[in-house]
Amino acid sequence: MYAHPFAYHRAQSLGEATKLLHQLGEESRVIAGGQSLIPLMKMRLARPTALIDINFIPRLSEIKNHNGELRFGALARHADIEVSEHVAEIPILHDCASGIADVQVRNQGTIGGSLAEADPSGDWATTLLTLETSVVCAGPEGERTVPLDEFFKDAYTTVLGREELVREVIVKKPAKNSGGAYLAFKRSASVYATGSAAVQITLDAKDACKEARIVLGCVGLTAIRAKEAEAELHGKKIDERAIARAADAAREAAEPQSDMRGSADYKRALITALVKRAIGIAVRRARGENVEAGHEYVGR
Amino acid sequence: MSAVEKVNVRIRVNGEAREALVEPRTLLVDFLRENLNLTGTHIGCDTTYCGACTVLLNGRTVKSCTLFAPMADGGEITTVEGLSTDGALHPVQNAFAECHGLQCGYCTPGLLLSTVYLLKKNAKPSDKQIRKAIAGNTCRCTGYQNIIKAIRMAAGEMGKR
Repeated sequence: MYAHPFAYHRAQSLGEATKLLHQLGEESRVIAGGQSLIPLMKMRLARPTALIDINFIPRLSEIKNHNGELRFGALARHADIEVSEHVAEIPILHDCASGIADVQVRNQGTIGGSLAEADPSGDWATTLLTLETSVVCAGPEGERTVPLDEFFKDAYTTVLGREELVREVIVKKPAKNSGGAYLAFKRSASVYATGSAAVQITLDAKDACKEARIVLGCVGLTAIRAKEAEAELHGKKIDERAIARAADAAREAAEPQSDMRGSADYKRALITALVKRAIGIAVRRARGENVEAGHEYVGR
Repeated sequence: MSAVEKVNVRIRVNGEAREALVEPRTLLVDFLRENLNLTGTHIGCDTTYCGACTVLLNGRTVKSCTLFAPMADGGEITTVEGLSTDGALHPVQNAFAECHGLQCGYCTPGLLLSTVYLLKKNAKPSDKQIRKAIAGNTCRCTGYQNIIKAIRMAAGEMGKR
């Protein structure tokens, strides 16, 4: 399948990329890994008349560990994040990176592209919303840093201006006694998940929940933060009853649509189960246990 | 719309410098097949699912149906044609033949490259790691059991060398 014809421009710097976005106007788009954009273009669901390739901009894929923060260059590929020693400290990031689509897509797809695309079924938004995350956006007037919870406006829509692009994603490292888990359920490796849940928990000295963040993916126009579910854990001992109440609250917070991946009822049931399991794993990890988790599909 | 400017794409394929002037929308898989006549790389689903078009780009597997050729400019590519040396099959190819790791063979070029990539990173993969490594390659003859056997055998043979 061939995309609609487009002019190809290669940016050598972010400054050049924003300049090109300005010059080429409305119908131009930035391309990073291309794992979402190229399929959309081949199906003619997107028809940009010009592409600005940022893959050749130097040092845009670095992963840095500095001052209690991890900094991901926009072009950091999922596969780079999966094996990064810095990321190993924050298991929820590894859960997410190691299971996005399949090996080939992870070798090419980028964290910046995933956030900028804002697909309601994207994995990074759901995961990163459980952490203190911000997005550094570069534009013609310089840079601005946007907290991730203000970054998404709607499905496929972010606060990025026409001439802006993501330069870096900054994740603050969680406090001590924290643990998280990201669970995504999909029908096969290469597809978007049917439902996903990200949970990040901090325990206090008495093993009670000091802080909790619960975010749901694929069941709304954007990832949904389930604050009522978090409230069910706050200040409490996280036992089976508290987990069940939080999972029920998460079920209420979900706004799934019936589609080819499953009915709305099925997805609500799925979200309940995923949240339950993700809380359990997050707590065990917060206590220092090593637990394997991540994306699941039939045959894995 | 007016005709767009063509782009010169230079890559090294299987160790050989190649180039061609192409429309920017040319997919890497079409560049390999149509411009360079390397038809070993297959187009299966053409929707980033099946992995029949898998090649190594700068040492990493990618789906060549999901990359515009200019994005690979300056890169180093290995296709299935580059696996054998002087007519001798690569140990991964041998193992697929030995274990009947193929029926129709359509998915095989992609699976071979995914296997080469896996074994480069992990010389002794567990069955679970093998399954995860080929999750992006679809075989519609449902020959997965023998494919996994072949990958195990390849890992063993390559470990001996």
